[in-house]
Amino acid sequence: MTDTLTETLPTTGPVVLEAIHLRKHYSVKRGAFKPAATVKALDGVSFQLEAGKTLAIVGESGCGKSTLARSVTMIEPPSSGQLLYDGRDVVGRTAAEMKELRRTVQMVFQNPYGSLNPRKTVGSILTEPLVINTDLGKQARRERAIAMMAKVGLRPDQVDRYPHMFSGGQRQRIAIARALMLNPRVVVADEPVSALDVSIQAQVLNLMMDLQEELNLAYLFISHDLSVVRHIADAIMVMYLGRPVEHGPKDVVFNRPRHPYTRILLAATPRVNPALRAERVVPKGELPSPLNPPPGCPFHKRCPYARENCATDVPALRPVDERLVACHYAEDMAV
Amino acid sequence: MPLLDIKNLSVEFTTRAGTFRAVDGIDLTVDEGEVVGIVGESGSGKSVTSLAVMGLLGSNGKVVADRMSFGGKDLLAMSASQRRKLTGKDIAMVFQEPMTSLNPCFTVGFQIMETLKVHEGLSGRALRNRAIELLEQVGIPAPESRLSAFPHQLSGGMNQRVMIAIAIACNPRLLVADEPTTALDVTIQKQILDLLVRLQKEWGMALMLITHDMGVVAETAQRVVVMYAGQVAETRPVSALFNAPRHPYTGALLDALPERALGKRRLPTIPGMVPGIGDRPQGCLFNPRCGFATERCRIERPALFDVDSGKARCFYPLSNSGPGAPLGVEEAVR
Repeated sequence: MTDTLTETLPTTGPVVLEAIHLRKHYSVKRGAFKPAATVKALDGVSFQLEAGKTLAIVGESGCGKSTLARSVTMIEPPSSGQLLYDGRDVVGRTAAEMKELRRTVQMVFQNPYGSLNPRKTVGSILTEPLVINTDLGKQARRERAIAMMAKVGLRPDQVDRYPHMFSGGQRQRIAIARALMLNPRVVVADEPVSALDVSIQAQVLNLMMDLQEELNLAYLFISHDLSVVRHIADAIMVMYLGRPVEHGPKDVVFNRPRHPYTRILLAATPRVNPALRAERVVPKGELPSPLNPPPGCPFHKRCPYARENCATDVPALRPVDERLVACHYAEDMAV
Repeated sequence: MPLLDIKNLSVEFTTRAGTFRAVDGIDLTVDEGEVVGIVGESGSGKSVTSLAVMGLLGSNGKVVADRMSFGGKDLLAMSASQRRKLTGKDIAMVFQEPMTSLNPCFTVGFQIMETLKVHEGLSGRALRNRAIELLEQVGIPAPESRLSAFPHQLSGGMNQRVMIAIAIACNPRLLVADEPTTALDVTIQKQILDLLVRLQKEWGMALMLITHDMGVVAETAQRVVVMYAGQVAETRPVSALFNAPRHPYTGALLDALPERALGKRRLPTIPGMVPGIGDRPQGCLFNPRCGFATERCRIERPALFDVDSGKARCFYPLSNSGPGAPLGVEEAVR
């Protein structure tokens, strides 16, 4: 694979974040007398994220979703590949420049019970980013925190309360407010609603969509729930063992899935409406160990459509019918 | 006669803040070979109900019921040792978190064989063969070598299969599954649900499936019980409930699903949250969050009224045209 980006989707607006062949490899010790193994948690992920748009990353546990979130938020540097914010490469920046860059991307975590410090009030949780990153005075910081609370639907008089005094949905609002304190352009949301009940989930999704419209935020929305993704995303990337297997506009991927794995994910999602239930493609087996991925197409052992050469040839991500897909037989898939 | 017959079950917990009624007078029946889905948000009392059925509540949980019988035997009148003979044999349970429900200090084989030893009195080669057979039945590859594996050596999906193998070891007549797939990925969830339904069909076992996932219930259950704040809000056959919910809560829950809002940008929401320990409202428990609540709903607590093919706890059940137009016929439904 070359380092020029050949496989991209057409974009319509300004691109805030671009990832080019991101890789993150971990070395894993297996014992004193065995050689260390390499886990390819991310193995060549490329995408472009536009302002005001949502890119959803979908896949099962172990597919590299969370590693991608950690790379994009610069919590961990990628092993190779480029990450460009507004066209500026993240790699090779000075510490001061990195600090500046980090403000443009913020994160909302899955579990609002674990991601908020129980010993801090909402006010101090929300003002902490300002203390670190701005020269604002105490009063100004508090005013900003109160303004942000109003924006996410919390009452200003709750500013001195502690996280345990809030429900799960309210806590996730606090987490979102914290992420927005520094006016980021990109918000990485790692399963932001999967710990919430259905009715609360709808409230938080509505809030996220309202804020996106108001602030022109770009979301990298990581989720395993395809019905949530279908509602909120503009584009979707399905990942399997650290690689994208299908990447395209939401309607194209959902209505005419061309990768067998995408079809299996869609078929496995429980649907309330019997008419929406997809054909019964029963998934075989489980995700293989990332320490020892199968040769050829990483999915061939579980794929109901696999043929001989799938076990030997690695399929490249290539454009087929308005999306990118990594399958030798994408054209043969009935849609 | 239903296999499991519960009338007016209440469960109370004594806490420092006072007595908390987690389950408040619910009626529940499960027929031989039936799949009953129990849905509700967190705090609705669905898990506590299942633990009460199993007799697994701690000493601070007080169970009161007019009737609680299983296969004609009164569960409440039983001694603890009689109850233990039933639990794990005729009524078995699969828990939510396979990783934490199995004992990490013992092999999978030991944990399966323990059940067989206690309830079936098997030993030696017969015991081992039965354990292998069970692992085969739940779809674990190379079952013989897996007997000596510890839970941490298996994936979440495999551990859940082991949990199911333990639960079905003694051919139970009722299997209680409390969020059996919540911790699992969708493709594995599908495999586990298919497995549970296959076992249920093959053996004519009754299945009580507790979940918060409407999609799982819609695809698996025959009859659905919707719980809200410790009470049954609505109970009806699965297709009737999902096509035309009668209780406004069920209607609102279904509307909040992203799947049902295709084409709409904003999702309909339910304002507020499930009432907790100290803030149960007067009147209908759902009235502060209900779009159709009237003065009567705020004062008087509705009973479970008969509606078509089931029951709903509402004075003004929704009409067939779907959510949005409550019938004003409280006399007619009584």
